[in-house]
Amino acid sequence: MEMLNNEAILNLIQEAFPNDVLFHEEPYGLLTMEVTASKGHEIIHWLKNHEQLSVNYLTNIAGIHYPEDLGREFAVVYQLHSWKNLFRLRLKCYLSKDAIQIATLVDVFDGANWMERETYDFYGIEFVGHPDLRRILNEDSMDYFPMRKEYALEDATREDKDDRYFGRNNL
Amino acid sequence: MSELKTKEAFAQSSETIDGNIATINFGPTHPSTHGIFQNVLKVDGEKIISSEQTLGYIHRAFEKLSERRPYNQITPITDRLNYCSSPINNMGWEMTVEKLIGAEIPKRVQYMRVIIMELARIADHLICNSVTGVDAGALTSFFYPFTEREKIYELYEEICGARLTTNIGRIGGFERDFTPAFHTKLQSFLKTFPKAFEEFDSMLARNRIFMDRTKGAGPISAERALAYSFSGPNLRATGVDYDVRAMHPYSSYEDFDFIIPVGVNGDTYDRFMVRQEEIRQSVRIIEQAYKNLPEGSYKADLPDFYLPEKTDVYNNMEALIYHFKIVMGETEIPPGEVYHSVEGGNGELGFYLISDGGRTPYRLQFRRPCFIYYQAYPEMISGMSISDAVLTLSSMNVIAGELDA
Amino acid sequence: MGKIEDLKVINGEGYQLTTLDKAIGLARANSVWPLPFATSCCGIEFMATMGSAYDLSRFGMERMSFSPRQADLLIVAGTISKKLGPVLKKVYEQMSEPKWVLSVGACACSGGIFDTYSVLQGIDRIIPVDVYVPGCPPRPEQIIDGVMNIHELVKNESNRRRYSDEYKHLMNNYNIEIEDGNAE
Repeated sequence: MEMLNNEAILNLIQEAFPNDVLFHEEPYGLLTMEVTASKGHEIIHWLKNHEQLSVNYLTNIAGIHYPEDLGREFAVVYQLHSWKNLFRLRLKCYLSKDAIQIATLVDVFDGANWMERETYDFYGIEFVGHPDLRRILNEDSMDYFPMRKEYALEDATREDKDDRYFGRNNL
Repeated sequence: MSELKTKEAFAQSSETIDGNIATINFGPTHPSTHGIFQNVLKVDGEKIISSEQTLGYIHRAFEKLSERRPYNQITPITDRLNYCSSPINNMGWEMTVEKLIGAEIPKRVQYMRVIIMELARIADHLICNSVTGVDAGALTSFFYPFTEREKIYELYEEICGARLTTNIGRIGGFERDFTPAFHTKLQSFLKTFPKAFEEFDSMLARNRIFMDRTKGAGPISAERALAYSFSGPNLRATGVDYDVRAMHPYSSYEDFDFIIPVGVNGDTYDRFMVRQEEIRQSVRIIEQAYKNLPEGSYKADLPDFYLPEKTDVYNNMEALIYHFKIVMGETEIPPGEVYHSVEGGNGELGFYLISDGGRTPYRLQFRRPCFIYYQAYPEMISGMSISDAVLTLSSMNVIAGELDA
Repeated sequence: MGKIEDLKVINGEGYQLTTLDKAIGLARANSVWPLPFATSCCGIEFMATMGSAYDLSRFGMERMSFSPRQADLLIVAGTISKKLGPVLKKVYEQMSEPKWVLSVGACACSGGIFDTYSVLQGIDRIIPVDVYVPGCPPRPEQIIDGVMNIHELVKNESNRRRYSDEYKHLMNNYNIEIEDGNAE
């Protein structure tokens, strides 16, 4: 069985979803595609069940915040891995700040459960259909999403460290 | 006197006392010193029906912290992920940055990295297996491997000066070549460790009590493990031979000859045995790497990232400027997006790095294997007794630093 | 060196003249039962201190007590996050008097390198600490030094300290209620 290269994989996906692959590139050899957010779940489901592509492993789900990119502030990045053909794949779905919902992947891969909770905890991205979407690493009483760029790293209420001595004047 | 049930029969039985379900709090402070996580168990007699997990008790905000730090200052942060095998985390991070900047690493550095990473893997598996023994009641088997870990600590100290959180290596290689003392210590380690390890192995591996305790405790099937994105020894214990070192070799792993051990049932005994065998394979890899250690430089030629020699800094203007820029973290990083993964002690440890050309990463996400496989824990212990749940937790090697980041 | 018959037997050997304070202090110091509250990397160094190379049981601390009621010394090793703060305070309150606290590692002493939104910047924000051991992680020798300092404190502590006004004032600062053994 011949190993698929990135060209062939891209062609297969573009044939099945002609309008949904918005952008693609290959940084450092890893095929990266931007797909429409509403089709993300369907595409991954199709990839998993495809005879030849057989993407059987979900490596990672990450969130990113681009505050300057209006209309596309939040990105959900899925890293996938196919063992049959030894290739990795990265799918990015961009969401706007006002429409920050995306379909959950829990019915395709059980491992997405906590990965999505972590992304929700850090960025506030809501995964529609998730069985238990609540904070996982931070305290439940926390009322903001800490990884967003507008929030500082340090706790704003601490009084034992004087920021002037740390060279931080902008807090 | 009731007859002893097998674990399967226990799981199927229903021994409700008055039909009452009790709620028991397993954690966050519990005697098995693995870390802080909480499981609220609902038990029917001694059988667990369901469990609910709470984590985040050592959430230290690594990902946000690394958005503040220049690239060479992130290595100490990666130390504290899986702190039982910190060199693997360090080298994984350094390899990620080298992939981003497109650096060419000499062969000698790659072999040196392999030696250090396999030593770290041995250290990690020794802790996990000795603590599994402690939780099954065998306290002596805790002290034997810890003496061997002291020898591994001494080897780390020869290179980087630290025992546990090593911050070992630099972007582009190592801070110094292997010292003569390191060679002596490594040779004596390779001679004495296999014998000491077989002593430790003989205490537990074919021990009737240990086998009865651990066989059938916390099993998981290969399909469920793959659905949960397991990796590492926990996945290999179910029968799937996925190892990042073999599938996507990095740092010259393709030059070495080693077996990937797999288990059958995915229960605690299989996890224990897979880790024991991996220790033996790691010793084999270290022997091969050490015997064939190529001559060459212990660092790559990366003037933008690797500090210049001190004599040059004092005599040469360019070296002084480079030294200043590197220490202040003002080097030019190309923008880009890279994902690199290494085989950590617990599985596929991945670094997803997005750089926007600034001095600190724009986004750095750690793909932490412990976090991902710990979500299967309720499924693994349902139907088990509480003591089996404790054993399963310790055999899964959940390190709190990697769980919470 | 004479023969055995020449030895004079003094009846009543085995006396030692000392004060009760010192005797109690000696007994307490050499048999401290620690509660290892090990969270992260410092916990592994604590385990190495308990191992055979650095043997903490030479100091009488062999019997780890994970039940707060039976423990004398709370060893906090590792990062304490804000989520874990109430748990630590509860464990401290459950310990019975006299009790001491050893804070091992930079994270427990002051937050360490993690000046972030989720990490408590030092456990002395919520419980009173007796000895601080800095380091990241501290070497086992440093942890043993900390333990020896605790032993000095234990040996020389007055038996009435826990009933004194200063101690009550200290506990009030931390909002910790003291169980008064004399209350009806």
